[in-house]
Amino acid sequence: MKKLLSFFPALLALVLLTGFVLGPAGYQVGDKVADFKLRNVDGKTVSLADNKAVKGYIVVFTCNTCPYAQAYESRIIALHQKYAPQGYPVVAINPNDAATVPGDSYAEMKARAASKKYPFPYLQDETQLVARTYGATRTPHLYVVTRQGSEFVVSYIGAIDDNSEDAKLVKTKYVEQAMTDLLAGKPAATNSTKAIGCTIKWKKS
Amino acid sequence: MKSFLLLLAAALLWALPGRAQQVTVIKFADLQRRLSRQNDTTYVVNFWATWCAPCVKELPLFEQLSTTQAGKKVKVLLVSLDYASQLDKKVKPFVLKRGLKSEVVLLNEPDPNSYLEKVDPKWSGAIPFTLIWNGKKNRRATFEKEFTPAELTAEINKFL
Repeated sequence: MKKLLSFFPALLALVLLTGFVLGPAGYQVGDKVADFKLRNVDGKTVSLADNKAVKGYIVVFTCNTCPYAQAYESRIIALHQKYAPQGYPVVAINPNDAATVPGDSYAEMKARAASKKYPFPYLQDETQLVARTYGATRTPHLYVVTRQGSEFVVSYIGAIDDNSEDAKLVKTKYVEQAMTDLLAGKPAATNSTKAIGCTIKWKKS
Repeated sequence: MKSFLLLLAAALLWALPGRAQQVTVIKFADLQRRLSRQNDTTYVVNFWATWCAPCVKELPLFEQLSTTQAGKKVKVLLVSLDYASQLDKKVKPFVLKRGLKSEVVLLNEPDPNSYLEKVDPKWSGAIPFTLIWNGKKNRRATFEKEFTPAELTAEINKFL
């Protein structure tokens, strides 16, 4: 078994590498997520395991520069304000390569979080490994993860709602629908939706 | 001077019969009908938006196909995913300024979740996204990425 475990990092690397070649892999609903350790805009590192009290997290891959991410920014803040008190705080992760998009640099992230008073951590996925592991392809791309013992399991992947342009014209709030189910202890009836977004700006290999 | 030339070029393009670029606003049902044509033309359908930097960068590749694939049955359709409210403010001026010759339509559907899967189950919703298909050859390929010129040529050649 020990020997097998020592193979694990190599296996993980292989999976990630084949993910590069074979296109998007990433988490499906029901998958256990690997924890991460990413730098927050306040300089401290954040992991899912840090907060022992949470029932789960709303993990959003987002950025400063994408018009769709900007369109959803205040709605992401509203999600945190609604669900953090119920045990599901938002964790925002910026996966964009700052060399490709200077507007998504750590300094710019700090400025954005400060000016918009983000009430949640805004983490830089500098190696882009977290976005790769999740299978995130665009910003915004949202995952709800739910605690199962000491681990977290993916409960919902997808869109925030059905109208990116105008929050007032939204008919279905996909995440909130899923959250209602999850908070009632049920699996989300609709656990996977899709949305338009900006491609994640991957590092040029 | 530069803006005068641009204006002149735009005016000329506008005057050329059949080249005058319109942007038709369509619903997904219209697009779906077009995406199911069964003939021997190879269609290259690119989903883009004026706000999407990699898409804008890539557009000339699709525009060039009318020259590089001249005489072959290749048709380009540029599907803008800009909001319909931006049609006159952004999309039309953009199309005019760039002198786009390929057909441009604007897909007016507020909820992408209702159609992304129907275009292609593999499409996660990131753009640029390109669909190449040939009904007669029963061949179809999709790409959720930005092409290099060589990649696009190679992919289209597989259909010809």
